[in-house]
Amino acid sequence: MQRMNLSAKLPAQAVAEKMGELQTPYTPQEASVEASRCLFCFDAPCIMACPTGIDIPSFIKKIETGNIVGSARTILSANILGASCARVCPTEVLCEGACVLVDRQRDPIKIGRLQRFATDYVYERGLDVLKSPVRKSGKRIAVIGAGPAGLGCAAELAQLGHSVVIFERKPWPGGLNTYGIAYYKMKPEISLREVATVERLGVEIRCGIEVGRDISATRLQQEFEALFIGIGLGEGQALRIPGEQLHGVSDALDFIEEIHSHPLHEVAVGNSVIVIGCGNTAIDAVTQAKRLGAAKAIVAYRRSETEMPAYHFEYELAQRDGATFYFNVAPIELIGDEAGQVCAVKFVRTETSKKGELKLIPGSEFTEPADMVLKAVGQSKQSAWLTQNFPALRLDQRGVIERNPATGQTSIPHLFAGGDCANGGREVVNAVGEGKKAARGIHAYLGQSNMPVARQPSRLGVNGEPSGSGLEAPIRAHELEKLYFSEAEQHG
Amino acid sequence: MADLSIDFAGIRSPNPFWIASGPPSNTAYQAHRAFEAGWGGVVWKTIGEPIVNVSSRYSGIDIGGTRMAGFNNIELISDRSPQTNFREIAETKKLWPDRALIASLMVETREDWHDFIKRSEDAGADGIELNFGCPHGMCERGMGSAVGQNPGVIETIVGWVMEAARKPVIAKLTPNITDITTAARAAKRAGADAISLINTINSITQVNLDTWVPEPFVGGFSSHGGYCGPAVKPIALQMVQACADDPEIQLPISGIGGIASWRDAAEFIALGSTSLQVCTAVMHYGFRIVEDLIDGLGNYLDSKSICSVDSLRGRAVSRIKEWKYLDLNYKRIARINYDRCIGCNLCHIACEDGAHQAIRLIAPNGLGLGPGRVPGKPIPEIVEESCVGCNLCALVCPVQGCISMLSVETGRNTLSWDDYQEKSRGAS
Ligand SMILES: Cc1cc2nc3c(=O)[nH]c(=O)nc-3n(C[C@H](O)[C@H](O)[C@H](O)COP(=O)(O)O)c2cc1C
Ligand code: SF4
Ligand code: SF4
Repeated sequence: MQRMNLSAKLPAQAVAEKMGELQTPYTPQEASVEASRCLFCFDAPCIMACPTGIDIPSFIKKIETGNIVGSARTILSANILGASCARVCPTEVLCEGACVLVDRQRDPIKIGRLQRFATDYVYERGLDVLKSPVRKSGKRIAVIGAGPAGLGCAAELAQLGHSVVIFERKPWPGGLNTYGIAYYKMKPEISLREVATVERLGVEIRCGIEVGRDISATRLQQEFEALFIGIGLGEGQALRIPGEQLHGVSDALDFIEEIHSHPLHEVAVGNSVIVIGCGNTAIDAVTQAKRLGAAKAIVAYRRSETEMPAYHFEYELAQRDGATFYFNVAPIELIGDEAGQVCAVKFVRTETSKKGELKLIPGSEFTEPADMVLKAVGQSKQSAWLTQNFPALRLDQRGVIERNPATGQTSIPHLFAGGDCANGGREVVNAVGEGKKAARGIHAYLGQSNMPVARQPSRLGVNGEPSGSGLEAPIRAHELEKLYFSEAEQHG
Repeated sequence: MADLSIDFAGIRSPNPFWIASGPPSNTAYQAHRAFEAGWGGVVWKTIGEPIVNVSSRYSGIDIGGTRMAGFNNIELISDRSPQTNFREIAETKKLWPDRALIASLMVETREDWHDFIKRSEDAGADGIELNFGCPHGMCERGMGSAVGQNPGVIETIVGWVMEAARKPVIAKLTPNITDITTAARAAKRAGADAISLINTINSITQVNLDTWVPEPFVGGFSSHGGYCGPAVKPIALQMVQACADDPEIQLPISGIGGIASWRDAAEFIALGSTSLQVCTAVMHYGFRIVEDLIDGLGNYLDSKSICSVDSLRGRAVSRIKEWKYLDLNYKRIARINYDRCIGCNLCHIACEDGAHQAIRLIAPNGLGLGPGRVPGKPIPEIVEESCVGCNLCALVCPVQGCISMLSVETGRNTLSWDDYQEKSRGAS
């Protein structure tokens, strides 16, 4: 990375404090009091809002009764990355946003914090709550990418009795969970601890191996009966303006990755940091830059406050951390000094026309000093790698893999996909859920259709079938809407 | 403001709230604090031949987040000498002449009863309560509930007491008996001036699942304890009503058992109590709770334009009938207010699995609403033909005023069980 003039700003102790966890864990009593508020809804909306369909009321009830191991098993059997999801899920827009107590003008149940309580309990005690069967199917499956999608898929396959090998390009497994989550939300150790559970289910993870470079896709397809692709997204997108090659200019995700692969007090940061873009990655970058000691940190966004993609609670967090927000400004040039180090950004003001088109306002240019510029304008798709390694694989116009959302199966029957490379870029929990669904898709594809579907006691209807919504695997709200209404119409 | 003062079998009290005989009424110091806080009366911790208590003696159960929803103890009567107790009663009474101060007694022989009654009256006690209730310890020595469970023995002892007593005598009854009215009648026959109920209920509150020793733990063992606190209120209310309704009893009643708020108090009064005694709630929160008891009861009476505690008393007694006189043709039906419903579906699963399969889940489209943030989330619908009107859904619904039970006009005449039997005999 190019940042020769930048240095670490704070001593180790100070930086450790600033980057420490935002959310403190519950004490056992806090957890049981919070758990006792849960109504134990039947066919609960929180379950439906969880992309991995965790039986939330059941796990909460188990916390209330003091059956914490059972609670963790309920969570982890539905979502192998339950501990990291407990920390990084935007619960406000998922389970907690769906909690019926919101309708009662009450605080929703703190599902994320309770989930953390239960999963921490078993991790801290080194208890394994999941098992893979002793009798194996004899089938071998390769998973490409050890991120949330790949791990979700591998863990489910292992529990279904299959042999799984994961191929990971990076030196450490875990994908964005290990390299890309704001430090104060989750430390990389948490992610690695979870990866270790997946390995204990019998999954083999080979790190530092890039498919297409170190092993060919063709060979994988010969050696394994099915493949799962969970490679996420690619490099950060370029701004395509002059000056991008200057020292001190880098991609926000690279900056976050550096935080995760170095001792915190050695991570270099600018004095005046400008982050371009206003998604959740931009927020993660700006808050961490601030916490590492940047004197000034600005988020610059082309559009207006109401249009920013970042969640509102993330926006508030950054404001509390002292970040400044510039809306309706577009960068047109990155300006460098004689040494080739960035020293300012030139912006032009913008406005949005009634039709929603972005217009630059001529004559409104201004410059803002900066010794570090972080680009957070989205990640590129993996279409180049995909077409190179799997020429027959069908992608959509965006460069995202086309697949059956229920099974993860792609246009190549033995090839399955999930996570960001198949959904275009969503949450960690979506990736895990899609990995899990694909595992079941693979299981069925391999002719093992008698799949034991985990029973969810709080949704049990007549004859043990899920009742109410009738959805065996609940999914996110808008997907549910489509599915539910189309089914209702058919039956109607 | 309504008149809260009472005359309980001749014992005057500025309000109906008394501290029940127990740890909060153990010493003069506590009695002063209780009166300072505003309590109308104090029933002194039971006096008898001094005993020795075990160290660990209380236990409780928590329900949901609520601590001590039920409470139990294996404590005996006062562990202080009768001299000390009577001296402190005398001191307290001098300082608080307008409050009710009642001595609670438990002794064995006729001579002892006569002696203790005289000493109570000499100390200035306004009345005497006979403890026929403790379900632990004392009963093993033939006192407490060993007396209260045997109407013949009650009659004998109350008889001895009445030979000596000049002040009003209250018999405190144990609920550990099949029919409490038989005990109350015995007390009445022997001339008691009043009854108080209930004392504590035999219980084990919890078992430690690591050691398998129930609580309270006393050196590896425990004992059956007396259960009280909010959890016992329904049992106490039933017994109070049964005594109030019994034509043979007709004695003033001091209601006891789980009273923690003015609402509880009002219910006890409506079911026939004149004074009210509180123990667990004071042990939980201190004497200060009397402020809301008085204020809340007064405001309630004012809001109903009821001028005194006396005019509330007994209003609900005759509303309890034997089951066979209830109207079999009365019909209720559940109605959901969809403006309030939050879609938890607890009513559905309760009715489906626990009652009459009369609430189904439907897509909300038709009703044009979507409880929960999840679109398409199913909502409950009452199947009126199947609804028997049992109230279960209204009881489980977590939203106040969401499910109401509506009376429906059936157009049929009232029909009691007796009528029904007669009719079916006629038909066959
Ligand atoms: C609505 C209802 C009906 C009951 N009917 C019976 C019955 O027919 N026969 C019986 O032996 N007990 C009956 N019981 C008592 C229960 O079997 C049980 O003894 C009692 O409810 C205490 O247990 P619980 O606290 O789990 O409810 C009934 C209880 C309820 C709530
Ligand atoms: S919606 Fe809320 S109250 Fe209902 S089960 Fe889920 S967390 Fe509990
Ligand atoms: S219990 Fe009440 S709030 Fe819950 S679904 Fe039924 S009617 Fe609605």
